[in-house]
Amino acid sequence: MSNRISVMVISGSRERLQMAAMVASVGAVSGNEVHVFLSMNALTYFVKSVAEEPPVEGPVGTLLAQKKVPPFRELFANAVDLGDAKIYPCSMAMDVLALEQKDLEDFIGEPMGLTKFLDEASTGQVWSF
Amino acid sequence: MSTRKLVDARGSFCPGPLMELIAAMKAAQVGEELEVLSTDKGSAHDIPEWINKVKHEHIETREEEGVWHVVVRKAK
Repeated sequence: MSNRISVMVISGSRERLQMAAMVASVGAVSGNEVHVFLSMNALTYFVKSVAEEPPVEGPVGTLLAQKKVPPFRELFANAVDLGDAKIYPCSMAMDVLALEQKDLEDFIGEPMGLTKFLDEASTGQVWSF
Repeated sequence: MSTRKLVDARGSFCPGPLMELIAAMKAAQVGEELEVLSTDKGSAHDIPEWINKVKHEHIETREEEGVWHVVVRKAK
């Protein structure tokens, strides 16, 4: 049965970005309607020109970087390509970071405001990272 | 009997094997069988959960020398 899963991602740590990407991708390929809202420090890791990797919080984050774990950006792209997930950058964070749509990874959709996202998240599961 | 399509996801961690299987499933024909190879124990349990949830057909899961083989038939 289809269910809505709303995922708010604000952290710029490797572990949280990875877990958010896992929830989004597995949720989306399992027949759920997945909406992801990227804001705060998380959004900076979806800028095309940013090559740096997010800092780790602890030992698991270090292992994630060393082992053959699917990269979080790839999993978010899987969520969109294989599961029709929608990923929205926060319009406020876009303004603060002086970003335009073309600056972001290609799998990221149009900017969204918090009012609209909260409305979309009013039913189903809501996760935050 | 048609040959199974092999998805070699050995060495990858969850949810990598599942994503590789799903990408291959998208390209497969209905009725076709796919066999995913995984060294990730979690994926060996999680992939059948996904198969049952989205209503494909789980043929078998077996372990051979530390490699899990999960076989699925595309049902729709």
